[in-house]
Amino acid sequence: MDFLGIENLKARYGEHVVLNDISMTVEKGEIVSLIGPSGSGKSSLLRALVGLLPVESGEVRLNGEIINYRDKQAVKRLRDRLAIVFQQYNLFQNMDVLRNVMLAPMKVKGWPREECEREATALLEKVGLGAKLHVYPDQLSGGQQQRVALARALALRPEILLLDEVTSALDPELVNEVLDSIRLLASEGMTMIIVSHEMAFVREVSSRVSMMAAGSIVEIGTPDEIFQNPKHERARDFVGKILHR
Amino acid sequence: MHSIFGQLPRFLSYYNLEFILQAALTTLLLSISGCVFGFIFGFGIAVLRETTGPLWLPLRAAAVLFVEIFRRIPFLVTLFLVFYACQALNLDISVFAVAVASTCIIGAAFLSEVVRTGFDAIPSQEREAAAAMNFTLAQTLFLIVIPQAWRVILPPTFAFFLSFIKDSALASQLGVVELTYSAKVMNNKGFSPVLGFGAALILYFAISYPLARFGLYLEQRLGFSRYRKP
Ligand SMILES: Nc1ncnc2c1ncn2[C@@H]1O[C@H](COP(=O)(O)OP(=O)(O)OP(=O)(O)O)[C@@H](O)[C@H]1O
Ligand SMILES: [Mg+2]
Repeated sequence: MDFLGIENLKARYGEHVVLNDISMTVEKGEIVSLIGPSGSGKSSLLRALVGLLPVESGEVRLNGEIINYRDKQAVKRLRDRLAIVFQQYNLFQNMDVLRNVMLAPMKVKGWPREECEREATALLEKVGLGAKLHVYPDQLSGGQQQRVALARALALRPEILLLDEVTSALDPELVNEVLDSIRLLASEGMTMIIVSHEMAFVREVSSRVSMMAAGSIVEIGTPDEIFQNPKHERARDFVGKILHR
Repeated sequence: MHSIFGQLPRFLSYYNLEFILQAALTTLLLSISGCVFGFIFGFGIAVLRETTGPLWLPLRAAAVLFVEIFRRIPFLVTLFLVFYACQALNLDISVFAVAVASTCIIGAAFLSEVVRTGFDAIPSQEREAAAAMNFTLAQTLFLIVIPQAWRVILPPTFAFFLSFIKDSALASQLGVVELTYSAKVMNNKGFSPVLGFGAALILYFAISYPLARFGLYLEQRLGFSRYRKP
């Protein structure tokens, strides 16, 4: 059985349909990448999964349990197992990096403070920010904030990690730092859904790639299928464009 | 000019001074209760309005109604409304208590809007991140939103406090002997207006200046904490 199952998911902002009949599955330990042009609904799909964008119809199953997004307790249980890194990082501006990372484990999970602090420090070291523990988010570069956001998500020990554009707006050197962190996670068997424009990286780490356009999934398959032999014209178009940039 | 100095010793009699200081104390108490309780209630209303879900709906609706009504009517009208409401209910309370109740009502209505604006000024993305991590509403507000909102809340709050001290003079319309009223009384007693209103001016200043300083102090303490260096 699929670990995460999405079936005929539909969502809209007002009149504008942002997710149209999305269906896909993610197995445990799999890394599924979402690619597609800007505005195609990649972020919206991740937001819908964590219950931040109201779902109009369709079904999401996690480990066999159907998630009812209208049931607060169900959403709470779901969020207990997913963690998301936002495209804009969304760090808490009123606290330093360390506190950003240890706050939820401490206050939400209720784990002991010392343990949270130790783990947060270790995670921040792992993403190369061991020297920045007591710096505030607005004193960090975009790439550093991104990695704090990654550490913050990991501190919750999620079963599935949702990563939105973890490499956008980073210079090439920083891209590599962030991608290294993700490669490490992949090698540890973390289940992930990754939105990325970094095609070389997508090809390298993904188990499968899902290509979106205008709110729908156009094609889904292994990286080789999508990049070397896309079946749909829309996918061919997009892949052609990004590969010959 | 000569007569003013001539009147001064008589003006500064023990009885007159006690009367004026008593009035100043009334003004001070009115202002403080309006500010403190108004802020506490206003804060509560703002938090209440952040709640979601049907459970809180009746309270939320009541809060909106309260704020929208009392934010719109003049303080003087509120004073008389409370006054006549107390009479209608046969409540035997002093005009001072009526004035205190009115200042609390007005303060709560205005300051709840100030606090709400402060909450709204915090980027919604941070609240979304908190929601996605399962923070409760209370945790989100108290750990993330409010610490950042002080910067937006404090300046208009203290501006309101200061204007409020002046507005408390309206309580004299109900017969509450506060500073402005006491100045009028001294005037009626035949003292030069310069003396009566001059004393009022000095005392108004003595009340509001420390408050303004306190506001600046708080703004510096709370408003910029996020820029604190490690
Ligand atoms: N808060 C919002 N209100 C209204 N429309 C929105 C909102 N957020 C996104 N949209 C619309 O939804 C569509 C999908 O947006 P989404 O952010 O999911 O795209 P994306 O694939 O993540 O794009 P990008 O690669 O630029 O991040 C877009 O047309 C966008 O204009
Ligand atoms: Mg996006």
